[in-house]
Amino acid sequence: MSPILEVDHLSMSYKSGSNELTVLHDINIIIQEGETVAITGPSGSGKTTLMGLCAALDNPTSGNIKLLGSLIQPLSEDQRAQLRNKNIGFIFQNFQLLPSLTALENVMLPLELQGIKGADQDAKQLLERVGLKDRMTHYPTQLSGGEQQRVALARAFINKPKILFADEPTGNLDGDTGATVESLMFDLNKDFGTTLIIVTHNPELAAKTGRTIQLKSGHIVSDAKNSPQNTTN
Amino acid sequence: MNRFSFLWNIAIRDSRKNRSKLLLFMSSIILGVAALVAINSFNYNLRKEINKEAATLLGADLAASSNRPMDSTMMTILDSLPGERAREMEMMSMSYIPKTDETQFVRLKAIEGDFPFYGKIKTIPAEAAQTYKKGVSALVDESLMIQHNLREGDSIKVGTTTFEIKGKLSGAIGSVGAMSTVAPVIYINMSEIDSTGLIQPGSLINYAYYYKVPESFDMDTWKAVRKPQFRSDNVRLETIEDRKENLNRAFSFLNYFLNLVAIVALLLGCLGVASSVLIYVKSKTNSIALLRCLGMKPWDAFLVYFIQITFLGTIGVVIGIIAGVIIQSALPVLMKDFLPVSVEMAVSPRAIFEGLIVGLSVTTLFSLIPLVSIRNISPLRTLRVAVDEESDKRDWLKIGLYGAIVVVLTIYLWVLTSSILAAIGFVAGIVVSYLLLSGFAYLVVKLLKNSIPSGADFVVKQGLSNLFRPDNQTQTIMVTLGMGTAVLTTLLILQSILLNNVALMDSGKQPNMILYGIETNQMSELKTLTESFQLPILQQVPVVTMKIDGWQGKSKAQWLADSTMTAEKWAVNREARVTYRDTISEDETLVEGSLKPYKNPNDTIFVSLGTTFAEALNVQLGDEIVFNVQGTRVVTYVGSLREIEFRNLSTRFFIVFPGGVLEQAPQFQVLVTKTPDNVTMANYRGAVVKAFPNVSVIDLTSILQSVNDILKKVSFIIQFMAIFSLLTGLIVLISSLTLSKYQRLKESILLRTIGASRAQIFKINATEYTFLGVLSALTGLGIALISSFILTKVQLKLDFDISWWIVGSIGLGLILITIVIGMFNSRDVVSNPPLEVLRKENG
Repeated sequence: MSPILEVDHLSMSYKSGSNELTVLHDINIIIQEGETVAITGPSGSGKTTLMGLCAALDNPTSGNIKLLGSLIQPLSEDQRAQLRNKNIGFIFQNFQLLPSLTALENVMLPLELQGIKGADQDAKQLLERVGLKDRMTHYPTQLSGGEQQRVALARAFINKPKILFADEPTGNLDGDTGATVESLMFDLNKDFGTTLIIVTHNPELAAKTGRTIQLKSGHIVSDAKNSPQNTTN
Repeated sequence: MNRFSFLWNIAIRDSRKNRSKLLLFMSSIILGVAALVAINSFNYNLRKEINKEAATLLGADLAASSNRPMDSTMMTILDSLPGERAREMEMMSMSYIPKTDETQFVRLKAIEGDFPFYGKIKTIPAEAAQTYKKGVSALVDESLMIQHNLREGDSIKVGTTTFEIKGKLSGAIGSVGAMSTVAPVIYINMSEIDSTGLIQPGSLINYAYYYKVPESFDMDTWKAVRKPQFRSDNVRLETIEDRKENLNRAFSFLNYFLNLVAIVALLLGCLGVASSVLIYVKSKTNSIALLRCLGMKPWDAFLVYFIQITFLGTIGVVIGIIAGVIIQSALPVLMKDFLPVSVEMAVSPRAIFEGLIVGLSVTTLFSLIPLVSIRNISPLRTLRVAVDEESDKRDWLKIGLYGAIVVVLTIYLWVLTSSILAAIGFVAGIVVSYLLLSGFAYLVVKLLKNSIPSGADFVVKQGLSNLFRPDNQTQTIMVTLGMGTAVLTTLLILQSILLNNVALMDSGKQPNMILYGIETNQMSELKTLTESFQLPILQQVPVVTMKIDGWQGKSKAQWLADSTMTAEKWAVNREARVTYRDTISEDETLVEGSLKPYKNPNDTIFVSLGTTFAEALNVQLGDEIVFNVQGTRVVTYVGSLREIEFRNLSTRFFIVFPGGVLEQAPQFQVLVTKTPDNVTMANYRGAVVKAFPNVSVIDLTSILQSVNDILKKVSFIIQFMAIFSLLTGLIVLISSLTLSKYQRLKESILLRTIGASRAQIFKINATEYTFLGVLSALTGLGIALISSFILTKVQLKLDFDISWWIVGSIGLGLILITIVIGMFNSRDVVSNPPLEVLRKENG
């Protein structure tokens, strides 16, 4: 196994009026290809900021991030966009589907961005896989929360990402629906051999990953392997 | 799939559920372009028609005209022209209609020869155009015939002669319809003019000589060579080319106003485009962030929305052009009374091309301003609601776009006004207004932050705080609302000034009747007649006509030969109507010198000049002026200067001689009176016309009535045109306020969720919108007052006499509409459950 994500002395600060607020302090993480990792911690601990930085959505104040062996910081916005499009999948707490696109079109989007023709076949297969064969032409507003998150799952995997970032993927769903989505996410992750990084408050969800990194006030307070009987892969 | 077809697909898909949101954008373009195409089409068609019809409008290849009979030298030169000739004498006179026992002010034209050589005098019956030349006959304007229920065969008395009406005149040569409302035209044969007794010393007569030359003859060169000679003898020469130029110049005022309307509609359209696209981009922020998160490049994200906007913009421009072409067909109908030619509805390729180019450029440039911000929308928004995307760096692309807008607007205005200075001035005015509005809005936000009393009512505090909270739209709304108010109010103020200046004569307590052309021996009898009607004699003045022979020791010819001469030609060439008295009248103020009486035949003669005339002649106190009083040279000196008021109806004289000099010169008298009511006026006028046919009566009341009729038509046209601007202005208003809707919606929902009452939400929003409305109205109106003042004084050269009720009504109207639209936007929040509203907005 080789490292897919290397975070080296990463710090992030925001300016708040005349004060500077540091949300991440000297973070060092190495995540290997195929690992499943949960990033947990209380609100304001810096989980989402860390995920945004690792997914090339933002620039750190200091430190380095290497994704797939390349440093992110020197990349232009276009190069980062390409990196995300080809190698990264996203799942969000609030689903983040484009309201004016049908379920099928939402799923096809990442491949279409790459200029790939026939994206609809892959998208249909994935939608079938997540149990939405009959909902392909529905718009997001015509779908329940669980269904919307399943569309988001299909979209996240359609580009066969090397790494998947999930931000509280079940945070907006009830217990049963959440469990279904969790199970689908881990199954797909296994099938595609994707590295999974989940940001969550939920200790049960975190326990299903192979490793948990706990943050508090912008510091890593623990980074430990989870016991194998809980993990889903 | 290539990149463009992918972006195109995404653009089409993304727009599916949002097309209604782009209605405001489309409406702005449609209205702006429609106004532009309609007005420009009409203008180009009018110009084309004038050029085509110029020969018919002049009726000859050359017209030589003067306010006195042509002298023999000039006549010899004119008679050397080859081809046909005709003669016309024109004067204003009272006429008497025996059938109804009524009188009517008319424009009398006596014709000799086969005039017009080009075109025809349109009459009913058609043969009347020839038969009126035989016997004591006349052609009478259609409007006069309808007004007095006259028919062919009835009679009309002009001066001492009664003419048989041979037919209705439905189209006189070179006359503009509206003018005949003031003084309808009557055509008679030249041989009958003497019998009317209207040709008296001092009668105001225009003498015209018409020539039709062979086609091979170069009329314009002939005229160019002889023009100075004729001008020095006060004879005006006009060729077909001159008529074209004169008509185009005469209609440049109409052009100016129509262009102003087009520019206003276009500018408001621009504001509409910018603000509606800004609303659209704001509503799309989350989708854009997601596309970016999924790997779309910043410029591709921009292109998706650029494609949408450009596509819909192009459709809007095309619809606007079609609407403009349809609307322009209404303009000739509306304006037919004011046009010398009938303008056919014709598609003007130039106007369409301009509409297309200007429409597309405006749509692109103004929508690019909000669209380029798309490339800065962070994909991080998918994770966090609040992301600070405003970097400290200046966005040079945006700055460049502002620059491009300034350049394009300047070029377009330059093309429209044919004056680079006017174009730069106009654009500079807009930029200054923008900066003023932005600056004022910034100051307001700053001041508000520190001045809301802590003890103020919660709802007021909340409403006012909305104006400076993060992500507030105060500055944007104040700029768009203020700018919209400024341009619209400027237009309406200018409209009212134009109308006021035409109708400035107030009949109130002022004299309303002038009798002129009175022979001295008729005066006492006329005075007795006037007194028998118990009418006051407000003024009775003698008038002597004379010309200037020279001044400051040089003859007029020497002055005219001097290329460095600074005096104005109208003052030099004028046939002066001069009075004599030793006092200052009520409308005059002595500003320099004094009225010096003339007591002995050896005394120096000191004349008093009006300041405007003295400035035009470039003479000062003590300067010598030599007059030619009907053959006699009279040397005088400037003894005083008077400021003359021109506000009401009375006699005014640029040149006043002292008593004792002109008493024996040929002269006529003028009498000014005031009639208390229309009945007395009609009776008195009738009695004067019957007893003194040579006396002309100017009846201000009926002239004002006619002017009022014309004004009603003019203001209808102006209002019709202003509808474009008003509609576009309303769209800007709605767009601007919808901007704030997105900002306030979630806050209001949250307040509702935690228990705020319907009334509280209403009050909070009402406070915010009232404040926005009041501030925008005040700044917009302030800018409108400054800009209309400058335009009135510099461009129109008129008095800045505005109707404050217009300014007040616009201000009040804007505040009310702002509140109403603001409240309308928040109606969902107060009448539906919070989650339902959220679902609707997010869907």
